[in-house]
Amino acid sequence: MVKEEEFAELRQGKGRWKKDLDEARSKVPLRRNRFSTVSDLEIEGLYTPEDIKHLDYFQKIGFPGQYPFTRGIQPSMYLGRLWTMRMFSGLGGPEETNQRFKYLLEHGETGLSVAFHFPTLMGYDSDSSMAKGEVGKCGVAVDTLKDMEILFDGIPLDRVTTSMTINPPASILLAMYIVAAEKQGVNREQISGTIQNDMLKEFIAQKTLMLPPNPSIRLIVDTVEFCTLEVPRWNTISISGYHIREAGATAVQELAFTLADGIAYVEACIDRALDIDRFAPRLSFFFDAHIDFFEEIAKLRAARRMWARIMKERFGSKSSRSWMLRFHTQTAGVSLTAQQPYNNVVRTTCEALAAVLGGTQSLHTNSLDETYAIPTEEAAFIALRTQQVLAEETGVANTIDPLAGSYFVEALTNRIEEDAWEYIHKIDELGGMVKAIDRGYPQAEIAESAYIYQQQIDSGEKTLIGVNKYVTDHPPIPIWRMDPAIEKKQLERLKAVKTTRNNDRVRTHLERIRRGAEGDENLMPLIIDAVREYTTLQEICDVFRQVFGTYQDPGMF
Amino acid sequence: MSPKRKIRILIAKPGLDGHDRGARVIARGFRDAGFEVIYTGLHQTPEQIVATAIQEDVDVIGLSALSGAHDYLFPRITELLREEGADDITVIGGGIIPEEDIPELNKAGVKAIFTPGTRIEEAVAWVKGHVKLRG
Repeated sequence: MVKEEEFAELRQGKGRWKKDLDEARSKVPLRRNRFSTVSDLEIEGLYTPEDIKHLDYFQKIGFPGQYPFTRGIQPSMYLGRLWTMRMFSGLGGPEETNQRFKYLLEHGETGLSVAFHFPTLMGYDSDSSMAKGEVGKCGVAVDTLKDMEILFDGIPLDRVTTSMTINPPASILLAMYIVAAEKQGVNREQISGTIQNDMLKEFIAQKTLMLPPNPSIRLIVDTVEFCTLEVPRWNTISISGYHIREAGATAVQELAFTLADGIAYVEACIDRALDIDRFAPRLSFFFDAHIDFFEEIAKLRAARRMWARIMKERFGSKSSRSWMLRFHTQTAGVSLTAQQPYNNVVRTTCEALAAVLGGTQSLHTNSLDETYAIPTEEAAFIALRTQQVLAEETGVANTIDPLAGSYFVEALTNRIEEDAWEYIHKIDELGGMVKAIDRGYPQAEIAESAYIYQQQIDSGEKTLIGVNKYVTDHPPIPIWRMDPAIEKKQLERLKAVKTTRNNDRVRTHLERIRRGAEGDENLMPLIIDAVREYTTLQEICDVFRQVFGTYQDPGMF
Repeated sequence: MSPKRKIRILIAKPGLDGHDRGARVIARGFRDAGFEVIYTGLHQTPEQIVATAIQEDVDVIGLSALSGAHDYLFPRITELLREEGADDITVIGGGIIPEEDIPELNKAGVKAIFTPGTRIEEAVAWVKGHVKLRG
């Protein structure tokens, strides 16, 4: 840290540099009049100790594993264990996806992540009229416990951790996973993983919708309450900025809306009289790693510092485990281009590096072909190897939070934090995130940012290689296609399950869920009993839809 | 002579796909270009989209799909339009659509497909150059 008396000298030095700069630009003009991040945050050409002169190391940065966790949540970070390499995968039916899981594990993946097809995401079975044309296309079809058993066949569920990107029907997929583990002889205290289970960001951005906000939150709090007591190693909500960002938000909006969603969930759990220091350690987060390298690192460092403060000061939680913001990162799908697709490997590498320097706990790297379809095995292989090269060759994991103390990175971390607090205060003024969503506030902010960005690309103000600069033709690349036989097989299996199960028991379980939903009993035990009898996903969701009503996207633009 | 009326466009999201960034950006881009734009919102069945298009008397339907289900949903919509005698409505689409799927979609009556990287201006120019106002 620079002492006060040294700043005079520093300012003089900067003045001299500015003069030199003016002279230099009179000969060779600067590349741009204004430099800004991909989120359009204006940045200076040079940062000095003056930009961080109020930064108190102990209060704002500190040590890894200590409040406010700016430098990371564990004392050892990657010196102890590398981040979990967790590739988001799901294609066709459960057999195909099981094969892909095993392929990735064989090649060094260290955690699983399930991508479900749209009907499952939205609470419909593969035989629903709503599922026409969609089965197995955008992820794996899971209709019943049978599919879940096949999905994890030969994969010991006490030895892997599994993340499931599932929202409106999260409690049902968690129930299926618990019972699939049971059938392997693994009890629910031994399993570990994550359900996304974050409906607020669905209303804001990802838009897999089923029930209105309030019953959606009730189901989420049911899973939090149940897991806190019975599935202690399960991450109950993955509070997600990823989809908010991909929908067009800036880095600051992603950060602010995600933390505001987190605040809403903590409040809902407290309203249920749950003990904050029992449930909060199992809340996790999920962020995007976009293409603007330093902005992303600063965002992730700011996120940890802000959540620690929110948990400690706003909610008065006592346990340091509640203060830690643990997160998964995915590189930015939206930054990839269909043009010259091999360039996507380079983009993903830079983004993955930002995630690592930002201290992520787990990481998915996108494949080069994802602007066309679900990744081929070869493309997923390269994406996984990208992480392994970063982890084991480049040396970036050999020291903790290496960018701490950078005048620029610390100043940017402060700036992003300040701007994000402003949004959080605004949402507090609107009465919290549920009310803000009702008013369309975050949705409109994101749509505005998305439109501005598109205009910047169209005008060439922002560069996208292969799209608005260095444009060339490119030969087609191999892409994954779904074998149409997969849909037929899925429908046949579902039909067989429905005819061989005990349908009287299924009806009884559905009736119990209905009564439970009409009252205020925790629905998780009832759902677990129902899926054990091969009740389908949609049968349970239909009961939810009847009892709670549905939610329709307002369709603003 | 009455001034030429504005082109009316329905931007629609068929199927269960929730990715609406592109649909909303293009809806706004078309509006700023002077078209009249109606947006269906998400999760529309082909039947709902065709009914809305007819009811709103649009000249163009712009479909957006990022789920891979375009190969079923887009042709289903053009088929329903033919059944309703409304196949003079110009159907265009965009999204995550492999280039090799485009000829098949064209054959089914989808007049143009705009893949990722399309500038708003390009789509606007296409509509101005190709869409005939309906009677």
